[in-house]
Amino acid sequence: MLSLSRKDLISLVIFAAVVVAMPLWLAPFGAAYPGLMQKFAIAAIFAIGFNILFGLTGYLSFGHAAFLGVGSYTTVWTFKLLGMEILPAIIFAIIVAGLFSLIIGYFSLRRTGIYFSILTLAFAQMSYSLAYSVLTPITNGETGLLLARGDPRVLDMAFGNQVDGAGLPFPTLFGMELGGYGGFYLCAVVLILSFFISQKIFASPFGMALRSIKSNQMRMSYTGFDIKPYLLTAFVISGMFAGLAGALMSVTDPLAGAERMKWTESGNVVLMTILGGVGTLFGPVIGAWLIEYFENIFSAINYNMLNGFFGFLPDGVRDVAVTVSSKFVGEGWHLTLGLLFVVVVVFLPGGVMEGVRRLSAYFKDRTGRTPEPVTKASAAE
Amino acid sequence: MSDLKRGISRRRVIKTGMAGILATGVSPLIISKGAWAQEFCNNPEVTGKAVFGFNVPLTGPYTEEGLDSLNGYQLAVKHINGEGDGGILKTLKPLALEGNGVLGKKIEFVTGDTQTNTDVARDGARRMIERDGAVVVTGSVTSGEAIAQQALCQEMGVIYMSGLTHSNDTTGKDKRRYGFRHFFNAYQSGVAIAPFLAAEYGNERRAYHLTADYTWGWTQEESIKNATEALGWETVNAVRTPLGAGDYSQFLTPVLNSGADVLILNHYGLDMVNSLPQAVQFGLRDRQVNGKQFEIVVPMFSELMAVGAGEAVRGIIGTSNWQWGLEDEGTKAFTTSYGSEYGVPPSQAAHTSYVQAILYADAVQRAGTFYPPEVIRALEGFEFDGAGNGPTLYRDADHQCFKEVLVVRGNENPTSNFDVLNVIGQTSREEVIYDPSIFGGELGPYEPNQC
Repeated sequence: MLSLSRKDLISLVIFAAVVVAMPLWLAPFGAAYPGLMQKFAIAAIFAIGFNILFGLTGYLSFGHAAFLGVGSYTTVWTFKLLGMEILPAIIFAIIVAGLFSLIIGYFSLRRTGIYFSILTLAFAQMSYSLAYSVLTPITNGETGLLLARGDPRVLDMAFGNQVDGAGLPFPTLFGMELGGYGGFYLCAVVLILSFFISQKIFASPFGMALRSIKSNQMRMSYTGFDIKPYLLTAFVISGMFAGLAGALMSVTDPLAGAERMKWTESGNVVLMTILGGVGTLFGPVIGAWLIEYFENIFSAINYNMLNGFFGFLPDGVRDVAVTVSSKFVGEGWHLTLGLLFVVVVVFLPGGVMEGVRRLSAYFKDRTGRTPEPVTKASAAE
Repeated sequence: MSDLKRGISRRRVIKTGMAGILATGVSPLIISKGAWAQEFCNNPEVTGKAVFGFNVPLTGPYTEEGLDSLNGYQLAVKHINGEGDGGILKTLKPLALEGNGVLGKKIEFVTGDTQTNTDVARDGARRMIERDGAVVVTGSVTSGEAIAQQALCQEMGVIYMSGLTHSNDTTGKDKRRYGFRHFFNAYQSGVAIAPFLAAEYGNERRAYHLTADYTWGWTQEESIKNATEALGWETVNAVRTPLGAGDYSQFLTPVLNSGADVLILNHYGLDMVNSLPQAVQFGLRDRQVNGKQFEIVVPMFSELMAVGAGEAVRGIIGTSNWQWGLEDEGTKAFTTSYGSEYGVPPSQAAHTSYVQAILYADAVQRAGTFYPPEVIRALEGFEFDGAGNGPTLYRDADHQCFKEVLVVRGNENPTSNFDVLNVIGQTSREEVIYDPSIFGGELGPYEPNQC
């Protein structure tokens, strides 16, 4: 059950090595601090889950942020009500996100194509509004759900794990506090597990069925397959992955805010998947890392830094350079992201992974070996 | 140093143990060893630099205030490092800073954009602490940001000096040992504004609240409700509006038929800049209800909002933390140096940010160390004067500053773009002081966590 093909096993080992060694290879990019690396790992989990739905079945959901948010809220509530142990909180978050996606999936999957996307978007926006204002007693609205010292924490109290000192409790894994790097390695391990699960799904008959749904739904049902349960399962699995990502967000930083459910978050994961390569194993992870990294770097650049950067130019030219480039950084980094996205979709419809494939094919060609037939990557729908 | 004498806490044993386990298990952890070698997070003695993190919204509905805050912070850094004309360093008493940085170290700073979003604000603060080595984080324009960053900083063991945040919760229910607020709060606004409302509008009024739907709005609504009901006013209704709504007509229409004769707008920033002119365009201020002139009150005011709302703001009563037109020495010194630096008078956001940065630096200087518990003790109960609000106390029980609160009114005949508010009253510190226990909350431990 746990066996992998030789190729997959090699990918998994390489992937694990890359993830665990993040603090080393990210250092030259100024990104090797726990806060960002945790985000890298969490976004990658989110994207991997999303890819199981979008990459395999071609059903484009615009509402996955809702599951992310549900996972976060569940985690914080578990911390508040049960106790600060991480595992129960994560498990609850996955279960609740799964149930939630079951409901949304049941209704949304009655339609296909653009109607499906719009339905998921509508459900997600509904959840966002609920969390933002209607359900304020549960979600604490714009302020976000925070831990408090007065929380019941039934299990912790039952085992006599009182908060020491006068501070807020910290999430613990088997009694140990995680801290920055601890949190990152927890996320990293979960990411590697998620990658493994996604490999298994890709290689399984179930994954094959999902792919056939993508290539021709009608033919699929004519051969006697009832496609609905397959789609719903894929939807719920990816919803659970999103819940897991949301749970990890709250584990590394015990807070849940409504903005995690906003449509921009849903859009982000779509971009990540397409940018990296839809339907590939590595693609979504690469896309997630690229976007998180660019968001972090570009959005932090401000006017003063640009002035310093273009300091060598004469005054007039510098002003023009700064004015123009300032539109692409800070808040405007979305513009940069948009351009990047357009370039990738136009020239590399299969995302970064297609670029990698083309490069390796090119090099193989030059070294005189017969190039492998490049499997045609399907364009984003 | 006193911190070396401390015993090893259980938390430290567990954390160090955890680090050990990870380090043996996962070799790349080698690079994190610097983090454990410090006695506290980003100790400038270890990192060799004193970095301040300025985290304010540079985009979103509070951009104007955020940019102004950042100007204030940059000016503060100049003055602390001994550049420029010194600003309130000339008037602040007592003062330990010598105009050569803090404890002989020149201050450096990093900036971040919170995008008026709590998640982004926390990410930014984490970046400053974990990557850029910030020893203090400061800045906020909404209470949501302030509370979120304050909680994070407590976990990291880094002091957080909040910027503009007016919710009672910041130093009430959600107060933290590592969080400090110079700005006033909604409760103080209520106390300060009530006598003026009674004098201007009488004791028999029916009020209708429109409230921004988040922590600040809720507490301000509660405080103003309590204050006005104590006057004998009746609260007809209190409606929550989403933050950044833009169009308020659907909320304003019910006001017309509610029988209310006062509209209280618990809105701030762009919300108020939109809602107030729309209320005026609805003709609310031209109406007679219950035989009385209909009035609009904006309990929390700022110059930037007044400028944004334009003519609609004329004659409207509200409260402010500070105003550049005040006559005291501290205000004059700050307004002069800000004006010569940026060419415009400072807003209250710039003022509170500037003062917070100076107060932190001064506390470090007085404590003689950057070690957070010592700095916290230096700030707690600190009594100072000459920062623009008269004698001020940093109360130890909740880290709230107590000082005069200004009651302001939109200028009927502004002489310039910046002359938009008139100070009509200064409510003394004794009147706005309150019992810290009414809001609950706990500060938490002094002991710093490792970041």
